Amino acid sequence: MEELSMHVLDIVENSTRAGAALVEIVIAEDRAADRLTIEIIDDGEGMGEDILKSALDPFYTTKTVRRIGLGLPLLAHAAETAGGAFSIESEKGSGTRVTAHFSLSHIDRQPLGNMADTMVTLLAGYPAVDFLYTHRTGERKFVLDTRELKEELEDVPINTPEVLRFIRTTVVEGLKEIGAAD
Amino acid sequence: MAKLKIEDLKKIKERIHAENALREGDRRVKVTVHMGTCGIAAGAREVMNALMAEIEEAKVADVVVTTSGCMGLCSREPEVTIEIIGQEPIVYEYMNTNKMRQVFKRHILNGEVQTPFVLARGREKRD
Repeated sequence: MEELSMHVLDIVENSTRAGAALVEIVIAEDRAADRLTIEIIDDGEGMGEDILKSALDPFYTTKTVRRIGLGLPLLAHAAETAGGAFSIESEKGSGTRVTAHFSLSHIDRQPLGNMADTMVTLLAGYPAVDFLYTHRTGERKFVLDTRELKEELEDVPINTPEVLRFIRTTVVEGLKEIGAAD
Repeated sequence: MAKLKIEDLKKIKERIHAENALREGDRRVKVTVHMGTCGIAAGAREVMNALMAEIEEAKVADVVVTTSGCMGLCSREPEVTIEIIGQEPIVYEYMNTNKMRQVFKRHILNGEVQTPFVLARGREKRD
């Protein structure tokens, strides 16, 4: 992966496969502490202790079409390479929380990349799932809540091209406004 | 979100409502961009964005875009499946933004399968 936003897309993909109805994406930049935190919290089916133990093993996957599963190991590696840490908590039946910390200024920290592309891709692929994306830079914050958008849209699907373009612009401008990192 | 934004969204909704009243709007094509770890790492998100930009530019309403996971042929990503209703699905391999634009214009709009990029014909196995 070249960007952290691509890891986000990939990890959220896991959440949707776990049957999540709501996926929370939290990105927090703390310049003073030189810390970038990415959290993905879902209300999917979760994992029992046995599966959780294997989740970071690249040779473990629940899929049957191939024998390797690299999503979580790649994110864990990206965090550890950038002076950070990675953790995953899950409980069968109540969802999963993936947390990755990075040193914001670390030379090996991947750029955040294009979160607007990631959100639009998720909404195009999973219009029925709700997403709550919160991005904090110190005191400032940008929030995209698809539940609010859907309420406003009524019967217009959220994956309509015009709506997706609106969301893309909203994310791009919102992140610019709060001075989000690259 | 700012108040202004919600107003913009309302306008979009009204416009779509007005357009829908005029057109038949049935789905003709389903495009699936494979968005597994392998696909994302190989550039599937950019392919997806190029496709969405083409759809918007061409103002077509009968093409639906979705994503799927990996189907096991990770080394040939990014992969894109085109299903024109009533026809055999076509899976394209090693896609990039330029190939995606070509496939959109020639295959999706004109019905000409872009044979040099084809990986397989028919439905794939997924889990």
